Amino acid sequence: MDLENQRRVKEITDKYGAENVVVVIGGAEAESAGLAAETVTAGDPTYAGPLAGVPLGLKVYHAVEPEFKAEVDAEVYEDQIGMMEMVLDVDEIVEEVSSIRNEHGKFN
Amino acid sequence: MNYSVVKGSSYVLVHAPDMVIHNGTTQTTERQLHPDSEYLKTLPEHLRSFDEVVNYLPNQVYIGNHTPAELRTYEQPWFDKKIDDASKDGKFGEILPQQEFIGLIKIVDAFDLVKLEESFTEEVRKKLSAHPLITEDMVAKLKKGEDIEQIEKLISEQGAEAIYDNRKIVGCVKRAHDIDLNLTAHVLFENLVAKASAGLTALNLIAKNNINPEEIDYVIECSEEACGDMNQRGGGNFAKAIAEFAGLTNATGSDTRGFCAAPTHALVLAASLVQAGTFKNVMVVAGGSTAKLGMNGKDHIKKGVPVLEDVVAGFATLVSENDGVSPVFRTDIVGTHKVGTGSSPQGVITSLVTEPLDRNDLKITDIDEYSVEMQNPDITKPAGAGDVPSANYKMIAALGVKRGDLEKTEMPGFIKDHGMEGWAPTQGHIPSGVPYLGFARDEIMSGKINKVMFVGKGSLFLGRMTNLFDGISIVLAKNEGKKEASEGVSEEKVRGLVAEAMRDFASHLLNE
Repeated sequence: MDLENQRRVKEITDKYGAENVVVVIGGAEAESAGLAAETVTAGDPTYAGPLAGVPLGLKVYHAVEPEFKAEVDAEVYEDQIGMMEMVLDVDEIVEEVSSIRNEHGKFN
Repeated sequence: MNYSVVKGSSYVLVHAPDMVIHNGTTQTTERQLHPDSEYLKTLPEHLRSFDEVVNYLPNQVYIGNHTPAELRTYEQPWFDKKIDDASKDGKFGEILPQQEFIGLIKIVDAFDLVKLEESFTEEVRKKLSAHPLITEDMVAKLKKGEDIEQIEKLISEQGAEAIYDNRKIVGCVKRAHDIDLNLTAHVLFENLVAKASAGLTALNLIAKNNINPEEIDYVIECSEEACGDMNQRGGGNFAKAIAEFAGLTNATGSDTRGFCAAPTHALVLAASLVQAGTFKNVMVVAGGSTAKLGMNGKDHIKKGVPVLEDVVAGFATLVSENDGVSPVFRTDIVGTHKVGTGSSPQGVITSLVTEPLDRNDLKITDIDEYSVEMQNPDITKPAGAGDVPSANYKMIAALGVKRGDLEKTEMPGFIKDHGMEGWAPTQGHIPSGVPYLGFARDEIMSGKINKVMFVGKGSLFLGRMTNLFDGISIVLAKNEGKKEASEGVSEEKVRGLVAEAMRDFASHLLNE
């Protein structure tokens, strides 16, 4: 996750409280989605940004995860994400992001 | 409609290992934040030699010596595969060693900002004198060279940026102003690299396509750099500077920007300018970027891959009046990502791919090849960014399924038949649509294919002026033969015809 986005996540969390923040990620690859999820839960694994050593433990979901899908109007979801569900390796992404959330999340 | 045509394209790579270390932003950032990092220490061991860069299939495809179709015959990754008959000289261009390129940076410098060490200058002079496209007048601009002490003094005391070759300082780029951030040595270095690589690509375009440089009347430069000073940060104009270097004495030009989408924007502009009759021959050109060198170096090293982002790239193409044979730019099949399109991948692909096809009663299967963001997967996969062209083809196929053009089971077949593996270096604008233009011309003219869609996409949010995405597409198609403009009958001609008839009539009367 780039340094600017890390800073924004940190600022929003400081302002509203970690328990009130949900991060929705849309990375196209399981690996990059996993890195983003790790950054907002366990802290920046590359130790380069404002979240280095800051384990926020935020709730984090990928846009293709069933928990997020259930919260969105089905027609809007189909319009915005339906095509990408066919393109992405959904199972791999769900496994990667959910396992990081379960391991490092503090508000699940 | 009398469409414009693509007359030829050229592609150049410059091997730049020392620029990876000293000018790539991943490395310069690391040097600022963690000057003693393990990454910086081990980086030089993971850089490739010039021979390795030449003997690399994606690079051979880029300069036209192997075809994109051949990439599928080699299992990925490609960096550890040897290929036969690799050459630095290509059908579409060339691969230039760093040393000669540093000489070229000096040659394109119009303000005496580049200083090269004397013995280095002599070595470079010998090599560039043997280069078939570098003229004697160009070589003369290398001048005599400077003492290394003088160069080191400029670097340590006057803000000059060092130029390295083989890990040693061989010269520098001076700053052009004491306090103007836009004229620092760092910015000038980047801009001179963009100019030099674009200039070399322009020379290749002219030489390899038998083009008369004096007949080019407009140049559109479409890189991602900005030249200007503190009062006009991106004032321009790279296009004119490149035209001057390449001897296009009858040309003017301008710069077009749009992040990675710029080359396709430039193609649409060039095609339209020529079709409108404003200009006869428009060159679209872009040089490469030092900032992006080694961008994913950390990931490459971590995964045991050499640092593959070790080349600065350039491309150029000539768009000309319809010659009756070269493939035509179908300016009536242009797709645009509009302000109101939104940023969902579905909306983006619809606007760029299916909307222009629908307007022309074409199905997605009527386009033989889609040239999308042709990034080399050898570079992007180890960096966790996946296979970019493949993801694009999957999106086009998935949209086809949603529209009913394809069955879901036909997706893999569509991707194989209408898509390609990527081969272009991750130099931002360079991989975007245009790497296939050279091959597309050949394959359409040989009758192998009829229609190619070029799709350029750009991430505008990086400039922080808008969160909007951007993209544009255009179709290149087989030339169905030149259509003459329909000749209207002028008043003058009518008068002539009437006069002739009257004379005929009068002579008949006289004869009678």
